[in-house]
Amino acid sequence: MKNPFRQKSFQLGAAFLAAALATGTANSAEKLSIYHWFEYIPQELLNKFTEETGIEVTMDTFDSNEAMLASLKAGSLGTYDVAVPSDYMVKILLESDMLQSFESSELKNFDNIDGPWKDPSFDPGRKHSVPYQWGTTSFAVNRDVFSGDIHTTDMLFDPPAELQGKINVLDSQGELILMAQLHLGIEQCSTNRDDVKKLDALLQASKQHWVSFNSDGAKDVLVSGDAAVGQIFNGFATKAREEGANIEYAFPKEGYVAWMDNVVLLKDAPNRASAIAFMDFMLNPENAAAVSNYAQYKAGVTGAEAFFEDTIKNSPELNAPEGAPDGTFVQACNQEAQALYDAVWTRLKK
Amino acid sequence: MAGLPSQPSSEGKLSAGVFDGIAIRLLAPSWLMIGFFLLLPVAMMLVYSFLTKEFRGGVIWEPSLAAYDQFIFDRGLFGDEPPVIEWTYITIFGRSIWQAALATVLCLIIGFPTAYYIATRPANTRGVWLFLITIPYWVNLLIRTVSMKFLIRDTGPLNQFLISTGMIDSPIHIVNTNFAVQLGLFYSYLPFMVLPIYAAVERYNFALSEAAFDLYASRWTTLRKILIPVVKPGIIAGCILVFIPSLGAFLAPDLLGGAKTFMIGSLIEEQFKGSAGNWPFGAAASMILLSMVLLVLMFYARQQTRAGNGAR
Repeated sequence: MKNPFRQKSFQLGAAFLAAALATGTANSAEKLSIYHWFEYIPQELLNKFTEETGIEVTMDTFDSNEAMLASLKAGSLGTYDVAVPSDYMVKILLESDMLQSFESSELKNFDNIDGPWKDPSFDPGRKHSVPYQWGTTSFAVNRDVFSGDIHTTDMLFDPPAELQGKINVLDSQGELILMAQLHLGIEQCSTNRDDVKKLDALLQASKQHWVSFNSDGAKDVLVSGDAAVGQIFNGFATKAREEGANIEYAFPKEGYVAWMDNVVLLKDAPNRASAIAFMDFMLNPENAAAVSNYAQYKAGVTGAEAFFEDTIKNSPELNAPEGAPDGTFVQACNQEAQALYDAVWTRLKK
Repeated sequence: MAGLPSQPSSEGKLSAGVFDGIAIRLLAPSWLMIGFFLLLPVAMMLVYSFLTKEFRGGVIWEPSLAAYDQFIFDRGLFGDEPPVIEWTYITIFGRSIWQAALATVLCLIIGFPTAYYIATRPANTRGVWLFLITIPYWVNLLIRTVSMKFLIRDTGPLNQFLISTGMIDSPIHIVNTNFAVQLGLFYSYLPFMVLPIYAAVERYNFALSEAAFDLYASRWTTLRKILIPVVKPGIIAGCILVFIPSLGAFLAPDLLGGAKTFMIGSLIEEQFKGSAGNWPFGAAASMILLSMVLLVLMFYARQQTRAGNGAR
């Protein structure tokens, strides 16, 4: 009687030990290190990824594309597997030789990428990146303060009297300068002297109407009423509206900023297979929609719409009205042009 | 000194003898820390400031004075005009220095009487007062700065209170002004002024004040000629502890001042984390800031030596 019992318990013990060893090896072998924007992925989704694949995830966050680039350049390339830069930054990373390529056959969900995003100018053929989320950056206006037409960049650069001194702009060179260029109708990255002088003069003249340069707090200044106009990402505007601000998001007739964030495969990624698994995971419509429902942006993945909550389907921030122009992507300028715009930016904030 | 080990009867000398010969080794950990985490990074910054900038961040290993040139000379927006003195960065540095100096003076005006008051309480209650001073500082600086913004904003409790008392009709705009920055700096660094002055006043021998009164000195004269000179090292230490962090502060200017204008801290940050990506210039601006701080400290050291000589 005793013997078989003992034997069984021994077997059980051995099985536990083997299982423990197996998970132990799995843990030490399969890891994924993500470099991501702050507040941009729900923890439940990361848990789901770990459950499905057994890959342990660690994540660090950044608050601007440029901060991410600086960190990678300062030596953290080789410690992260994937990062989530925006369109123009994908191009910069690509040109700086900081990405590695993959074959579309490595991702079984590759064909889920939505038509227009399959061959973007910043990563032709999608050899280094897959879509994460996309949206627009325009501005929102407090309807308690101003009731006229808001669909013009005049709101930022030539505001009516009741909005003067109540405008928050993003503390981000690329997005603010592009809005100013759209307002003036001049080309991005232009090195034409008259264009640059006009741009400089416009920014210098408009600054008196602005109360602050705030990116992290772009939503809070609208909710608290510190600002009546705020340059803002569309998903952030949705959140501000849901938190009680009586604001309307504008689609200016002169144009506005469009962007797409992408999961990129970094050069020298320590866990390339895990990175591929994560990119594949993010191309699953249900998972892409989970991010959309959390962050209030749209996913560039076919079939994600089916999993969108109603707030996204009917969101006035996500669905441009009839007749509104398309958004414009920020371009990565060459060195000569960038030096000019850096100088303009420093003069603006001197 | 050579005879120390042969005199074991004196306690102080005995303890010196215990560490004889191994003192260097005891210092090694702190020297390693200072060398590795302080001197090495500063040396790197110094080297970087004399290198060529790489487009979008990073450096090219070619010596260059471009960073210092950019700081000093203005060649126009397009870089082809004859060089004149560049006022942009001098303005930014001047603004930061002015803000830091003002914060220091405000801290001194409020901090000195506070420290004096605490130091003159009965010994058993001083601890409580010091404890009260430090309580707010258990909370992270970022959170305290954001909280202050909530208090002073147009719809915040301060304005609501003033309106409810009828003192004002419409809210006073405090947020996003230089005054708010001042308030933030002053509030952030006040204890750094109070604590060193407290330590100095606590050691002050009040018999000196009594002697002064006996010799018909007025209160003002006693303060000016007796108390202040004696506690001066504490005052100077407090001023340095407030001035230097205020100089590089970026939380208060960004959160309370609205980040409309660069301060030294945000200018340097922009060179590394912003679109400019100009590491040598960021390094050069840091070195210039560091040199200025060193000058202040050297001035302090000279004052101290002079005071020491004077006492003898």
